[in-house]
Amino acid sequence: MAKRIDVSNVDIYYGAFHAVQDVSMTVEPRTVTAFIGPSGCGKSTLLRTLNRMHEVIPGAHVKGRVQLDGTDLYGAGVDPVAVRRVVGMVFQRPNPFPSMSIYDNVAAGLRLNGVKNKGVLNEAVERSLVAANLWNEVKDRLGKAGIGLSGGQQQRLCIARAIAVEPQVLLMDEPCSALDPISTLAIEDLIGELKEQFTVVIVTHNMQQAARVSDQTAFFNLAAQGKPGKLIEIGSTETIFSNPTQKATEDYITGRFG
Amino acid sequence: MSTRSPVPQVTSHPARPRPAAPQPTGHGVQLAEISQAGDRTFRFLAGGSGVLIIALVAFVGIFLLALALPSLLQDRDNFLFSRSWTVVGDELRFGIAGLLWTTVLSSVVAMIIAVPVAIGVALFLTQYLPRRFSGPLSFVIDLLAAVPSIIFGLWGLTVLGPFLRPVGLWVSGHLGFIPLFRAEIDPSSSVFVASVVLAIMILPIITAISRDVFTQTPRDQIEAALALGATRWEVIRSAVLPYGRSGVVSASMLGLGRALGETVAVLIILSQAAPGSAFTPSIFAGGETFASKIANNASEFDTPSKTGAFIAAGLVLFVVTFVVNALARIVATRGTARS
Ligand SMILES: Nc1ncnc2c1ncn2[C@@H]1O[C@H](COP(=O)(O)OP(=O)(O)OP(=O)(O)O)[C@@H](O)[C@H]1O
Ligand SMILES: [Mg+2]
Repeated sequence: MAKRIDVSNVDIYYGAFHAVQDVSMTVEPRTVTAFIGPSGCGKSTLLRTLNRMHEVIPGAHVKGRVQLDGTDLYGAGVDPVAVRRVVGMVFQRPNPFPSMSIYDNVAAGLRLNGVKNKGVLNEAVERSLVAANLWNEVKDRLGKAGIGLSGGQQQRLCIARAIAVEPQVLLMDEPCSALDPISTLAIEDLIGELKEQFTVVIVTHNMQQAARVSDQTAFFNLAAQGKPGKLIEIGSTETIFSNPTQKATEDYITGRFG
Repeated sequence: MSTRSPVPQVTSHPARPRPAAPQPTGHGVQLAEISQAGDRTFRFLAGGSGVLIIALVAFVGIFLLALALPSLLQDRDNFLFSRSWTVVGDELRFGIAGLLWTTVLSSVVAMIIAVPVAIGVALFLTQYLPRRFSGPLSFVIDLLAAVPSIIFGLWGLTVLGPFLRPVGLWVSGHLGFIPLFRAEIDPSSSVFVASVVLAIMILPIITAISRDVFTQTPRDQIEAALALGATRWEVIRSAVLPYGRSGVVSASMLGLGRALGETVAVLIILSQAAPGSAFTPSIFAGGETFASKIANNASEFDTPSKTGAFIAAGLVLFVVTFVVNALARIVATRGTARS
């Protein structure tokens, strides 16, 4: 059910501020694409345009086209709510629903989709928590509050919540920045499994992680603070890491940046 | 413990000396106590204010009780269950049953009207309306809070009462078999109209506080819901309302407190039941609340026993408000305590 994403000539704005300039790229189904680049270059911003989360910020808007299997996500008659049900998202900071139990957090998306059957919910909750490598830690306290978990556990809970609805595309914004190395590896394994079914786009500041998990890597940069971020180079992860065409990419990857 | 290596005898435990000034402890690392003068001052001020407030409340309570007690002891009727109110002459016969019922009934009906409307308006202002409209509209609602209650009373009596008359007649005509809706008097000066006016009076405060807590809903919780494909209403249900719940409860209780104690507007609108008339639970009846009864008679407090009877009624109002606030606090914290 994975979908192909085509981004063409996308410009992204926060009010009058031009945050990302003229990005075009293609993400193939059942692949993992990593966004790398220095802080503030617009990785999160671009990621959030892929499920129409960008526009929930007052004044924010997008120009250009983002297609999911040929359907323009920004076309007339496209409901952003429907887009977000097929393009799931995990945020940089864990954000479980504080008033909900662990179980209800994971089940939240399914319930929004009208799933009421207890058996179906139980099965999906367990499957998602197992996949997010959290099941063993929480299986005895599914009724407890989600925010009673540690930061890393909360992030895995959020991942479980996002994959429970089986989105066709999963966007992850630095999902491992709050995780210990073991959980990070678990998440990376999970991403490897997820791409059997889903298309995954991940933002990361960790070069090794990008190299380990992704098939394709996109490097973003910005000329100066206040200038829009740009896509400098995109290609297979192997090429980007071993033989980049742009000097800026090489400098960034080898840590000689700035 | 081995006897062959005797422990040095410790004869005294001098209290650990408190260094007056920071001194180097060890290799030049400053680990001595940091000055806590600010902390101490603040703790003193905060503790002092807390004690002061409690003392004030206790003082008011004790003062009222002292004035009310002699009359309560002379009361020939059951103070809690009697509806009569004879406080002239030597034989005191008074009870608060009727007052309590009218007070609670009018306030509860006001809450039933005001709370859903206030939550709806607050949600509309914060979640649906573009900012450039929500600002002015909020301002208008806040202005409502500044209208003096005497104005609400006059307006309720002359405009709203007649206007609601057909509504009252219709409801009592169709649901009159339920005692709560039985037609007792002309509905335009009944508890029903007083409740609607009270609802309008407490609406601004509940709306304003609810609006403030709703706008404070953390962005990441709203986005969490949105990213799952939640519609606007589902975002409200899964993020905004749970976050705002305790704030809304507190706001409602503030409103309820105001409704219970509102005096002038109720006094103007409600027609008093004839002395000795039978008890009716209906909202389409007249009556008196604690506050309106006291205000209505305050000019005639000539004997201590008469004054005491009214103060006793005031005390009950005091207790009711207190209990309501305590209950609200429990309800409000129960949601957050779990996590
Ligand atoms: N809500 C916002 N309103 C206005 N400007 C914003 C907003 N969010 C981000 N920006 C700006 O957009 C630019 C890109 O931000 P973005 O968050 O996409 O960067 P990023 O590449 O994800 O950085 P990081 O690696 O630190 O997460 C930055 O200049 C930032 O200041
Ligand atoms: Mg970011």
